[in-house]
Amino acid sequence: MGGRPGARPPAAAGGVRVRIRVDPDKCQGHARCYALAPELFDIDDYGLSTVVGDGSVPAALEEKARLAVANCPEFAIEEVPAAP
Amino acid sequence: MGTRTAPVSSWASDFDVLAPEYVADPFTIWDQLRSACPVAHTDRRGSTWLPTRYADVTAMAHDVEHFSSLEVAVIPFEGEPPDEPLLPYGLPPISSDPPLHTWTRRLLLPWFSHRRVATYEAMTRGLCRGLIDGFASEGRADAAADYAQQIPVRVIAHILGVSPDLADTFTGWVRDVLEFADDPERRARGVQGLLNYFIAEVALRRDEPGEDLLSELLRTEVDGAPMEESLVLGAAALVLIAGVDTTWSAIGSSLWHLAAHPEDRARLVGDPALMDLAVEELLRAYSPVTMARVVTTDVEFEGCPMKAGDRILMNFPAANRDPEVFDRADTVVLDRAHNRHVAFGSGIHRCAGSNLARMELRVALEEWLARIPEFHLDGEDEVTWAGGQVRGPRRLPVVFG
Repeated sequence: MGGRPGARPPAAAGGVRVRIRVDPDKCQGHARCYALAPELFDIDDYGLSTVVGDGSVPAALEEKARLAVANCPEFAIEEVPAAP
Repeated sequence: MGTRTAPVSSWASDFDVLAPEYVADPFTIWDQLRSACPVAHTDRRGSTWLPTRYADVTAMAHDVEHFSSLEVAVIPFEGEPPDEPLLPYGLPPISSDPPLHTWTRRLLLPWFSHRRVATYEAMTRGLCRGLIDGFASEGRADAAADYAQQIPVRVIAHILGVSPDLADTFTGWVRDVLEFADDPERRARGVQGLLNYFIAEVALRRDEPGEDLLSELLRTEVDGAPMEESLVLGAAALVLIAGVDTTWSAIGSSLWHLAAHPEDRARLVGDPALMDLAVEELLRAYSPVTMARVVTTDVEFEGCPMKAGDRILMNFPAANRDPEVFDRADTVVLDRAHNRHVAFGSGIHRCAGSNLARMELRVALEEWLARIPEFHLDGEDEVTWAGGQVRGPRRLPVVFG
């Protein structure tokens, strides 16, 4: 539903170990996540961020995902366990 | 004038953000306060509190019920604000609380979105190149007055749809309002200059609307009626006031750092891919902006008895130097990976122009370093700093080539 189905990596490609989510009540539109990891976030005209697809992070982008988490001034992004 | 100029007896109980030693080096004072008295107080210019820890500054920024934005000037007006009849709401959304804040902010945000800001980049780059052309062959320049100061005001004029020929005039008004706010006459002159200018521009656009921000505000309807003119004037004045010497100060401080730290300069020149992280780190280390809040009802905060009407100086620059949050907080680490800095504030008043400011800072540094990779200070003593609401170098002589 919504998002970009193609952005979800196939499990065969190493699987997904990390998912991320943005808390819409905390996000204030600093857009740090989008600047650091544009592959993983969408941003609207008001700066509010949402994860691409269901937030699954391809293995190659895990570092970028952690960077986004560690640079959000509102502590609005969190890592959650990947769906089994 | 007495209390304003008297020497500071104690930074914990009598601080003065306009004291020359604070303007020159606030970092040492914040470090001392953080360990001894993390929320300082003064009775200068009215009862005022100064938090210095990240946790306290961000907690206050999020508590809009106790800490209102109805007064955001770091240096309060003495007596009645002279502009009150024309700007009953001040400069929304920055000087407002919800609900007025919410909808006025939504009007401005799309003008400073990622997508929109990308369309201003080529113009900004051309502007920077033209400025450098003007002094590159001379082997020296004032990187603050000849470069940093010249960039944001022209980008903002472009967005507002007003003439860039008036850039120096705009800069003068903005400095009167922010930098010389301690001088009531000068401050009133800046406010009147800005207001009279925008009143005339609004009248022009009513006859001949364009595609600029000012025209768009005039087209905006609220509950079926055109937006009140005082709100249009306030928002337009805000964009100019907030968008000029803030970013100019960030550009100037960054160039000061690179002039004074050859190892960081060489690293950035050698690895331009560092630029995005470096911009954030320079914003953290030299955050230009302090905003104020006013206490709405008596409240105890971290043991401090705050009274309704007291003012808070939202010390985002000190929060960004808090060693509890930032490893080696007083060192610039160009590739700092964990950097939740709050140079643009925190909570619902997060700087609406942050995307624009970042782009301008990045482009200004990229263009400067591409043309002038080697430069150094032409005498540390020649550098002058402004402080108060916005901190940054006002005179920054550098030599190169």
